[in-house]
Amino acid sequence: MKKFLLSFILVSFLLVSTSVWAGKPYKIGALFSITGPTSFIGEPERNTLVMLVDEVNKAGGINGHPVELVVYDTEGEETNAVKKVTKLIVQDRVLAIIGPSRTGTTLAVVPFVERYKVPLISCAAGIKIVEPVKPWVFKTAQSDRLAVKKIYEYCQANGIKKVAIITVSNGFGQSGREELKSLAKEYGIEIVADELFGPKDTDMTPQLTRIRSKNPDAVICWGTNPGPAIVAKNMKQLGMKQQLFMSHGVASKKFIELAGDAAEGIILPAGKILVADQLPDDDPQKKLLLDYIARYKARFGKEPSAFGGHAYDAFLLLKAALEKAGADRAKIREALENLRGIVGIHGIFNMSPTDHNGLDEKTAFVLIRIQNGDWQLIK
Amino acid sequence: MSELIQFIFSGLTNGAIYALIALGFTIVYNATEVINFAQGEFVMLGAMFMATFCALGLPIPLAFFLSVGIVALIGIIMERLAIYPARHASHITLIIITIGLSILIKGVAMFAWGKDPLSVPSFLGDTPIHLLGATIVPQKILVLIATLICVLLMELFFRKTMVGKAMRASAVNRLAARLVGIKVEPLVLLAFALSAATSAVAGVVISPITFATYDMGTLLGLKGFSAAVLGGLTSGLGAVVGGFVLGLLEAFAAGFISSAYKDAAAFVILILVLLLKPEGLFGKGATKKL
Repeated sequence: MKKFLLSFILVSFLLVSTSVWAGKPYKIGALFSITGPTSFIGEPERNTLVMLVDEVNKAGGINGHPVELVVYDTEGEETNAVKKVTKLIVQDRVLAIIGPSRTGTTLAVVPFVERYKVPLISCAAGIKIVEPVKPWVFKTAQSDRLAVKKIYEYCQANGIKKVAIITVSNGFGQSGREELKSLAKEYGIEIVADELFGPKDTDMTPQLTRIRSKNPDAVICWGTNPGPAIVAKNMKQLGMKQQLFMSHGVASKKFIELAGDAAEGIILPAGKILVADQLPDDDPQKKLLLDYIARYKARFGKEPSAFGGHAYDAFLLLKAALEKAGADRAKIREALENLRGIVGIHGIFNMSPTDHNGLDEKTAFVLIRIQNGDWQLIK
Repeated sequence: MSELIQFIFSGLTNGAIYALIALGFTIVYNATEVINFAQGEFVMLGAMFMATFCALGLPIPLAFFLSVGIVALIGIIMERLAIYPARHASHITLIIITIGLSILIKGVAMFAWGKDPLSVPSFLGDTPIHLLGATIVPQKILVLIATLICVLLMELFFRKTMVGKAMRASAVNRLAARLVGIKVEPLVLLAFALSAATSAVAGVVISPITFATYDMGTLLGLKGFSAAVLGGLTSGLGAVVGGFVLGLLEAFAAGFISSAYKDAAAFVILILVLLLKPEGLFGKGATKKL
C-alpha cells in the first residue's frame, strides 16, 4: 500500500509539475526492485531515473514534450514484476519501459512486452535477456562475457596460459563459469582446474589445495561477497603466489574491507564509474561520469553505485530514441535498434538488429588493481 | 601428503564448529527433548555481537565474554518467553516454535546489522603457520582450542557438579528426578543458557575467518544438527565426534572427489543415519524416554 501511495504521489507530482506545458507528455514506465532483498540494485536505479526525468523536464522536455514517469516496485519478485508490467502496459499505456533490475524479473516480463509490442530496456546483466535477440527487448548492463574477455585479454598480454577457476554455485557464479570455459580457447588459455564453492561456505582451502597441485599461472574467482574474500584469505594462508583475478561482482569497498591485506594485488574488471577520477582526460566517458557522480551526490547525499548507471544509460538511450521517433512504440523500437555512438555511464552503445546490448569490452569495463586498500586503474 | 594434511586441517576446523553447535543441540535435547532449530542463530548472534564490539574498539577478550554472555541471556529470554509458556504442548509444537524463533532472530538481525557481511579482526594476526607441509592460520588453531576447552568444561560440569548431575538425572528420567527433589524448570533454563553460550563461542571464534552475516546461522545450524544426529542427539561426546567426522568428510569430499558435492556429504550422512541407525553412533536408543 505504501509503495502504491509512493508511486501515486510521484506520478501526481510529475503530472502537476508538468501540466503547464503545451506538448502532450511522453509517458514512460519503470520497474525496479526498490524494496526486498535486491533493493540495493533497484533503489539507486529509481533515484537516478527520477533525477534524470526531473532534469529533462526542467530543461524543456524532449522535443517540447514533458516526460511523465510511472515507477513501480517489483520487490525483486517475478510474479510481482509480471503484475506490474501488465499494469504499465494496459492501464498506464506507457510508450516504453525501463527495467526491471534483475535478470530473473526481466525474463519474466519479456513475454508480455513482446506480446503487447512495448520497447523494454532492462537494467539487468544476464546475457539471456538479449541472446537470442528479441525485437522489443534491450539491455544496458554489461554482460559477464565482456568481463571475462577483459580478464583474458590481460592474461594473453601478460603470458598467463594456464588458469584455475573457482566459482560460486549460484546463478552469477555459474554464468561466469560458462563464459570462462567457452572463451578460454579463443584466447589460447587452458583451464587446468574448475572448482566450486557454496554461497555460504566458510573455508575454501580444500578447493584451493587442489588448485595449487595443478600449478596454474593464475586463479580466477567468480562470486559475490563474502565467498571471494574468503578465497583471497585462504590463498594467502596457503602461500599461493599466483595472480588472483576476481569478477565485477566484488567491485565494492566492502570486499576490500572483508579481505583486508589479502585483497592487495587482486585484479578485477569493473565499470569505469569506480575509477572515474583516474580515467585519462581524453576518455569520452570521463566528463559524463564525474558529472553524474556530482549530480547524484548533490541530490541524494551519497555516492551513486554502478547499478544507478544502468538506469542512467537506459534513459539516455530512450531519450535519444524518443527524440527521433516521437510517441510511437514501433518507431521507438526501431530508433533504439539503430542508435550508434551513445556515450553512457557504462560504455559507448552501438545498437544493431543483432546486438541489443550494444557494448563491447573496450569501453564497458576497465581492469583495476587493489592497491593500499583502494582501486588503481591499470594502464 | 601435504595435501592430505591440508584437508585434515580444514576438516578439523570446520568440524570443531559443527561439534560446538551439535553440543548445543544435545544439551537442550537432553533437558527438554526439543530440537532447538534456532541453535544456528545463536552462532550468528555470537559473531554479530563480536563484530559490533570489535568495531567499537573493545579489547578482544572483553568482546568475547560480552558476546557470549549476551547470547546466553538471549537464550534465557527465549526460553522464558517462547518455550516455557508452551511447556505442556507436544514436542512437535515446541520444535515448530523454535523454527519460528530462528526466522524471527534472523529477521531482527537483518534489520539491526544490515545485509552486508561484517569483518572481525583475527585474534592472533594473519601470519600462516607451517605445519607438516601444510599451512594453517592461528585463528583456526584457536577454533580447535576453544572447542576442546568448551567440551572439557561441559564434561566437567555434567560429571562433577551437583547441578550438572541433576541435569543428567532429569534427562534420564524427569519424573524420578522430581521425586528425589530436583526442580526441573530452572534446569531447563540453564540448559538453554548453556547451549546458547556454546554456540555463541562457535560464532565468535569463527567470525574472523568467515565474517559475520545475518544469514550465516541457518546452514551452520543444519550442519550442527546433522552432526548431533550422527552422534546420537543424547550424547555430548557423540555430538563432538559427530562434528569432527562431518567436518573431515566434507573436506575430503571437496578435496578428493569434487567441491560440487561438499554440502551433499553432510546431508547424505544425515539421511543414512536416520535410515540405518536412527539412534546415532553414540545414542542410547529411543526407548529410554517416557
